[in-house]
Amino acid sequence: MTDLLNRLLPTVQKPARYTGGEYNQIVKDPKDVDVRIAYCFPDTYELGMSNLGMRILYGVMNEMEGVWCERVFAPWGDMEETMRRHQLPLWALESQEPIKNHDLIAFTIGYEMSYTNVLNMLELAGIPLHCHERQGLKHMVFAGGVCAYNPEPLADFVDFFSLGEGEEITVEIVSLYRKAKNEDWSKDQFLREVAKIPGVYVPSLYAHNYNADGTLAEIIPAPGAPKTVTKRIIEDLDHAYFPTRGIVPTTEIVHDRSNLEVFRGCIRGCRFCQAGFSCRPVRKKSPEVLYRQALESLEDSGNHELTLASLSTSDYRGLKPLTDLLIPYCQENKINLSVPSLRADNFSRELMEKLQTVRKSGLTFAPEAGTQRLRDVINKNLTEEEILDTCARAFSGGWNNVKLYFMLGLPTETDEDVLGIAELVYKIIKTWQQHASNKKRGLRVHVATAFFVPKPFTPFQWEKQITPEEYLRRTKLLKSAMPHKAVEYNYHAPDLSRLEAVLARGDRRLGAVLENAMRNGARLDGWDEYFRYDLWLDAFASCGIDPNFYTVRGIAEDEVLPWDSISVGVNKSFLLKERHRAYDGKVTPDCREGCSGCGADKLLKEVHCDA
Amino acid sequence: MPRLLFEKTGPAVFISHLDLMRVFQRAFRRAGMLIRHSQGFSPRAIVSIALPLSVGTESICELLDFELSAGVNVPLSEIPEWLNRTMPAGIRVTDIWENGRKLRELTHLDAELILEYDAGIPEGAVEAISAFFHRDEPIAVPKKTKSGMTDLDIAPMILDLRLSPISDRELRLTCRVCAQNPSLNPALLATALELHLKPFAPDFCRVKRLEILDSKGQPFR
Repeated sequence: MTDLLNRLLPTVQKPARYTGGEYNQIVKDPKDVDVRIAYCFPDTYELGMSNLGMRILYGVMNEMEGVWCERVFAPWGDMEETMRRHQLPLWALESQEPIKNHDLIAFTIGYEMSYTNVLNMLELAGIPLHCHERQGLKHMVFAGGVCAYNPEPLADFVDFFSLGEGEEITVEIVSLYRKAKNEDWSKDQFLREVAKIPGVYVPSLYAHNYNADGTLAEIIPAPGAPKTVTKRIIEDLDHAYFPTRGIVPTTEIVHDRSNLEVFRGCIRGCRFCQAGFSCRPVRKKSPEVLYRQALESLEDSGNHELTLASLSTSDYRGLKPLTDLLIPYCQENKINLSVPSLRADNFSRELMEKLQTVRKSGLTFAPEAGTQRLRDVINKNLTEEEILDTCARAFSGGWNNVKLYFMLGLPTETDEDVLGIAELVYKIIKTWQQHASNKKRGLRVHVATAFFVPKPFTPFQWEKQITPEEYLRRTKLLKSAMPHKAVEYNYHAPDLSRLEAVLARGDRRLGAVLENAMRNGARLDGWDEYFRYDLWLDAFASCGIDPNFYTVRGIAEDEVLPWDSISVGVNKSFLLKERHRAYDGKVTPDCREGCSGCGADKLLKEVHCDA
Repeated sequence: MPRLLFEKTGPAVFISHLDLMRVFQRAFRRAGMLIRHSQGFSPRAIVSIALPLSVGTESICELLDFELSAGVNVPLSEIPEWLNRTMPAGIRVTDIWENGRKLRELTHLDAELILEYDAGIPEGAVEAISAFFHRDEPIAVPKKTKSGMTDLDIAPMILDLRLSPISDRELRLTCRVCAQNPSLNPALLATALELHLKPFAPDFCRVKRLEILDSKGQPFR
């Protein structure tokens, strides 16, 4: 007889994402295993399987003998409904067993709007939501990923957080858990011990007290808990674990290709960018190692596409030797090599032209702001001249498609800056008219604006977010200034970005809001077809929390920040200095031109910052 | 063009037709064999699978045509083993040969339906179901077309049908049905029971394609 799951699978969309069984999935005999980990990604299979971090840590945990780490993803809405109707608990792909059978529940959280998925997945698994409801070592929940840098909104639900790069710390955590399990420790004992692992943050060991006006008054660590928890990094990327024998999905995923990270960190310092600061310091990986890993990954997966990823790939010193090695291999083997995140410099332009022989891609710029003044404020080191030069070359080479990304609502932004976007677009159209080699095909300029979200650990972490009404006014102003038929203008709806801003800089009191929203049906919030702003507004109202406190209020420079117990290596004083430079319109040179003393290099013991 | 025979069972039944082509494209690359690519803007490896299965259906008789790139010299007989080394669970290549017959000569297929009754096979089910399919009347099943839903008479497309219990809760229905011009998806037999013979409709039905045939009833290769 067919079991319940297999009877239900034919009734849902894309059932292959729920079955496991892919090439290279890791199956162990439960008899040989003493720690079972359900590694959850709080979004769909297609997104989770595209996440390089998850692939790395899946491999790291399964390399440990006696440990079996399995994958768990959020079900799509139709499957969730089916599961609830038939009381089918959330299961792990490899064993197809309910995750209730597992010891540790791990999450990788990279996006604030997946918080309700974290809660919903616990609920679907039949695991109590709140830390205090989970007694004992079983079903301890821990999480990492960029959202762990301000984990406070999740403090009620996640027992502890793993900060920074996970290759080493995850092994330490799982080893300690195994010891605790063997010696039958209490949960309290484990949490006190795990907090001693550098990079582990245990929210329950920190009391957050508030002032009458709702701002944070103080954070008091429990005895023995570190005052500040500093994120972990890998110093030597050449010798760090990298999965070249990864799982090959049998159904199409978002990034259906091999992915190589060429270096970590960023030399740029764009003042709005969380990754730019939180991923510091810069650490290199050698072209030889990358070339070997590229070939191993491609040959083992059978992928016909390879992406070189990083925050700013043009800044990778080994880009020329690496691409010199890779391009002939890719041509011979009919592999598409894609190199996103290139800057508009000369070498990158040549490289783009060389890559055309494999496949032609679009031309994309992210000037982020429309005027040089505002680009100086945000320290986005991209000039109008560079954009127009690159466009001129591309247009004469036959391109006729440009994408431009901007933000609206940046600090100090005026209507003049908004209209500056239209002016830049107009100059691009002019450039096309002068340089296009084939005018018959016409020009398409796609302009997209996002609603600025201030993030922790950036110089803009104290900033206000403008109101959604003001944001919409600016989008209308911009739209009316770009009547040309070649221009297609899209803007993000402000509702989601407003919530993102609340959660990104949120505190512990938001736990109740998250729970309320989830219980009333909020989930898959990152997906238009499921996002329901009304549920969130109701949740804020019924919890007595004003979202404006976290958005339009802005934060005073002397206020205690919810994430003050956490350090990403960059000093708060540096961020503050950068904020003031932004208001003075002063750019800060990139780290390669000269070290600005952000402090992240102090995280390194064996090597120097490779900026 | 070389052709291979493969099975699609277990968790692999949920791999869609398009995804299955990608699975093979990758498997060939993993085996170190580049297959011929299409020309043009974004070249694709050319593989073609006959008679796409519906998602959820098992099969032990799937055909895939492919062509190796110029300069790739692998003895044909070694290819199944190479491919099987890296296949996802449930996909297994079982045979290979140099030149396949023309696909239009494929006209019928044999399939098995396991009818699952959670409360046990209802009394008289074998007789009733057999009589239902053997009576000389149209059997209408709704079918989705481009212009909406229409009723399809599946009776003329069923050539042979047998029933036998395999346990007290499972009934095995084997049938020979038309494949191509027109095709009958064997799963529709269970749909027909659901619509027209409700007391004997199973709680669940799993379908397996057993053999593909030419017009003389010989296995089609």
